[in-house]
Amino acid sequence: MRDAEFFGRWMSAAAAAVEREADRLTELDSPIGDADHGSNLLRGFTAVRAALEAEPPAAPGAVLALAGRTLISTVGGASGPLYGTLLRRTGKELGDAAEVSDEALRKALYTGVGAVAQLGGAAPGDKTMLDALVPGVAALTTSYRAAADAAENGALATVPMQARKGRASYLGERSIGHQDPGATSSALLLGALADVAEAQDGAEAR
Amino acid sequence: MSGPAVGIVLVSHSAVVAESVAEMARGLAAGGPVVAVAAAGGTPDGGLGTDADRIAAAAREVDSGAGVVLLADLGSSVLTVKSLLVEDELPPGSRLLDAPFLEGAVAAVVAASAGAPLDAVAAAAEEAYTYRKV
Repeated sequence: MRDAEFFGRWMSAAAAAVEREADRLTELDSPIGDADHGSNLLRGFTAVRAALEAEPPAAPGAVLALAGRTLISTVGGASGPLYGTLLRRTGKELGDAAEVSDEALRKALYTGVGAVAQLGGAAPGDKTMLDALVPGVAALTTSYRAAADAAENGALATVPMQARKGRASYLGERSIGHQDPGATSSALLLGALADVAEAQDGAEAR
Repeated sequence: MSGPAVGIVLVSHSAVVAESVAEMARGLAAGGPVVAVAAAGGTPDGGLGTDADRIAAAAREVDSGAGVVLLADLGSSVLTVKSLLVEDELPPGSRLLDAPFLEGAVAAVVAASAGAPLDAVAAAAEEAYTYRKV
């Protein structure tokens, strides 16, 4: 089972991953975006970490709800409402239980990804976050690591795609040949989840 | 105007754009009392982007009970307003309009200042899409 502290560790690991990769995310965002994805997410996840430390919520759902709300308030770009909606809707689905099962988290994330698709109006193949999130969440039935790997592969697979949503879509064919920054950061989020899940499972097995 | 009027919020990536469009719309609606129009542009540090908290505050500022319409420019402006609506963080009767930013803003401010209710204000702004320039 996964408790609120687990979800706090996930958000903290995500913040660390964004911090580590911020320059690369901004670099990916330079040819096809407005070169702010790394700095926007860094500001957002730094605020998430501070909010969770200031007042740690007691339930997994509340951790994700607070994280999502904080991202919407602080990111300033489209990734704010998109990641904010992902986390808030996932948190809402988890309800106020003090602990949740991996199966409950899988289903909640599936719903959260659906909410992202609805908000942005995008589908897989449009060169967006969904190209990492959709295969990632589908692979959760196998394992957290499989989900992280599927998301990573999904992000790599955006390179030959032509963007059909967001600022990159204005570039038409010139968006081809670049990896999507949003898909890349989505893979970081699922990678962080796999890391904290494996750490907990490893500790419990010892 | 008599009684509560529809309030208007203009959401842009740029503070200057939001303020300027608000000023232009107020100017073109003048001739009588003009409804409350709030600009929510840019990020808190003065950069280009969207400030969710500013949008929510702007909607509360212009809300007098007859509803609030929001016009957004593109990308994160639109997505942020939508996510605030989904989570009920805007006053009751708030609506994101499917309208061109500047033309829609002028139409909405003119209609609302003439006392039009929420649906009519929304229709006036959305009709701006049908006005062809060539």
